[in-house]
Amino acid sequence: MIKRVLKPVAQLAPRRSTPRPQGSQSRYFWPSACSALIVGQSFCRVLLVTLLSAGSSLQAQVSFERLLRSDSEPQNWLTYSGSFRGHRYSTLAQITPDNVKNLEPQWVFQSRSLEKFEATALVVDGIMYTVQAPNDIVALDAATGRTFWVYSYRPSPLARLCCGRVNRGLAILGDTLFMGTIDGHLVAVDAKSGRLVWDVALTRPEAGYSLTLAPLIVKDKVIVGPAGGEYGIRGFVAAYDAKTGKEAWRFYTVAGPGEPGRESWGADSWKTGGGSIWVTGSYDPDTNLTYWGVGNAGPDRNADSRPGDNLYTASVVALDADTGKLKWHYQFSPHDEFDQDATQIAVLTNIEWQGRPRKAMLWASRNGHFYVLDRTTGEFLSGRPFVRVTWAEGFDRQGRPNRVPGQEATAQGTLVYPGNQGATNWYSPSYSPRTGLFYVPAWVNYASLFIKRPQTYVEGQYFGGGEGRATDAQGLRTGTANLRTEDEGYGAILAIDPLTGARKWEYKMVDFTDAGILTTASDLLFSGGREGFFYALDARTGALLWRFTVGGQVQSGPMTYSVGGRQYVAVTAGSSLFAFALRP
Amino acid sequence: MCCSVHSVCSVVVFLAEGAMRRLRPRWVMGILLAAGALAAGPLAAQQRPLSPADVEDGQRLFVGSCANCHGPDGDAVPGVDLGHGQFRRASTDDELVDIIRRGVPGTAMPPGNYSNTQATQIVAYLRSLATSAQKPTTAGDAGRGQVLFEGKGQCLTCHGVSGKGSRLGPDLSDVGQLRRASDLERALLDPGGAVRPQNRTVRVVTRDGTTITGRLLNHDTFTLLMLDSQEQLRALSKSSLREIVFIKTSAKTSYRGRLTAQEIADVVSYLMSLKGVKAIAP
Repeated sequence: MIKRVLKPVAQLAPRRSTPRPQGSQSRYFWPSACSALIVGQSFCRVLLVTLLSAGSSLQAQVSFERLLRSDSEPQNWLTYSGSFRGHRYSTLAQITPDNVKNLEPQWVFQSRSLEKFEATALVVDGIMYTVQAPNDIVALDAATGRTFWVYSYRPSPLARLCCGRVNRGLAILGDTLFMGTIDGHLVAVDAKSGRLVWDVALTRPEAGYSLTLAPLIVKDKVIVGPAGGEYGIRGFVAAYDAKTGKEAWRFYTVAGPGEPGRESWGADSWKTGGGSIWVTGSYDPDTNLTYWGVGNAGPDRNADSRPGDNLYTASVVALDADTGKLKWHYQFSPHDEFDQDATQIAVLTNIEWQGRPRKAMLWASRNGHFYVLDRTTGEFLSGRPFVRVTWAEGFDRQGRPNRVPGQEATAQGTLVYPGNQGATNWYSPSYSPRTGLFYVPAWVNYASLFIKRPQTYVEGQYFGGGEGRATDAQGLRTGTANLRTEDEGYGAILAIDPLTGARKWEYKMVDFTDAGILTTASDLLFSGGREGFFYALDARTGALLWRFTVGGQVQSGPMTYSVGGRQYVAVTAGSSLFAFALRP
Repeated sequence: MCCSVHSVCSVVVFLAEGAMRRLRPRWVMGILLAAGALAAGPLAAQQRPLSPADVEDGQRLFVGSCANCHGPDGDAVPGVDLGHGQFRRASTDDELVDIIRRGVPGTAMPPGNYSNTQATQIVAYLRSLATSAQKPTTAGDAGRGQVLFEGKGQCLTCHGVSGKGSRLGPDLSDVGQLRRASDLERALLDPGGAVRPQNRTVRVVTRDGTTITGRLLNHDTFTLLMLDSQEQLRALSKSSLREIVFIKTSAKTSYRGRLTAQEIADVVSYLMSLKGVKAIAP
């Protein structure tokens, strides 16, 4: 409770240059006022000790140092994946396999939006920040769900999005929140007042460029890239000065004239090559590299016009965080024709690989393989299918997948596993350093008919080159009802041993899933799916321990935080955000 | 990218969770679509004269872009068939042009970068699809078709039409809106093996040995929902079931030989006349 009492101090405690608000001494128990207050000395002592031990965090200044050491303040959730390593793992352990049955909803935030709620919230010292689609920033009391303020951004009607007017969340640095908008702007908003600090137009929305990802902060820069892989964009990763919004560097994910990789694009196909960026990258302070998964090549399913490997689409690129220079890349799907965006989260961990410690990157790709790469050099260490895969079989020594003859998009359609939505997609995986297991939301037994059609480029028009059609008459589920059977594909949580690529356990759902995964230090795993359940599994065995009907599809990654000593788990479903905690 | 036309729709549908308990999914979808549509006025006289070349251009535009989601026949998005000349959100060409150019907010239908002329050509192509699709091979008589449907054909044993007949098979009250004459004719002559997933039946055996058969309405990891053979809505916990068998094939056999070609045409004409429940004027 002390923490809650003290919160006003934390919010009002000024930076040195700012005068303290009038009257704050008596109203907010400012320490020097203690003697004048009719409170016991011991209370003042407690107060002082708490203030001193809380140190700089009391200023609610989210320095880059704090972001780097996010592990040391598990009560907060400071970045999209909870850390720069992309683990979506928390050391909070108040909720355990034993007491999780007592988990109850504490509050629900109903967004004023009909769009999919894909954002992961941030929590900073008791304040939650999230995005109501398409582009409203909302500041909430993380304990009660009450709204402090809403910053409404009105995107241009020119915005073109293939798959919904969505946003996946925010970044914070200092007292400033950063949001990408669906019409291609990057905005900075004051975290206390909700007022706009700056607004920079990065791209042309009428040509299909949009920002849907949560930005990544590295040092003094905000790093983002545009979605638009179905509109013939030329993708990029770019860094902007957090103070001014001025562009610091830009790396094009589709290699153009004078850039290495240009030869991997026949004729002028690089101009409309895709390579979208729509899921947040990771960062490794040891190597000072930032890792980004790059989207599909365009047109998606007709690769005829773009002979070559089409670098750096469907790849992970490792960029110097200060300059944007490419250090290495690994391409999961060369010459992609199955819409295999590599827009997954790069999970960074150090492992013992064949008797030798390695700085590794774990990656479950939309193309159906689980990869282990060396994150310093990009060396391919292993690749193993984690679901049924028919388009490729094995790898050469450099890690290039061997294509299976006949498995290509055709005019009449070819059945390919995994199907168009992928073996997994943008849904956050999780890595628990305690279990050593990698957890991924997967679509199992899932295929599509890949149909290739001629495609000409017209700015702002769909540039898909065909379709990835569902294989049954119903297609993917459209309503609340699921009528699909197991042989027609199902959703699952898979636990993979990174050292062998073997499946340790599988939690099956009847319907597919777009939900990310959170694990905790008490060996709990939280996730959901299209069936509208939010649930907890035993991270060691996959046993179901608890579930709650949220009544809408879970389409984001869960996160956890703590306020006043109480652990919460939050997730979105339908167009609402739910916060759970143990029954007191 | 994700291209999840379908999950976008489902967000909308989830809002009607309460209504779902009382209404069948197709109606809920229909109501939602109607609610979002421009007030569906009477079909306006079809406007401006268009040449066959316009239709061809429209086809090229449609195949190059729209077909990526809607499919080459315009019916790949579940619940949306662009090929039969009737549209839930629009009735006039101008309204259609508007939707093509502006998209449908809150759904996966994005604004298309087309000139007015291009959008008009796409509409012309859609209208031409409808004209060719409406023509059955033989001209039929809807009145005679209804008699056959309810009598000799015994269609009401499985199907329902506006409250008459059975709820166990697909309801045909608005089949004239949803299907093309050529498809209906084929369904009568060559029913084939598989039915659409929404028309599947299920047979379960409970732990105490009771067998229950019915129309599958929904299932998830924990429960199975059906309309049983007594037309009772049943929610069953999967943990209480010993066996679950999904039946994906149609019980219907071909009417070839059982009805004459003329009779088939009559039944098709009757089915094409079924346009769903009309609002009653106050």
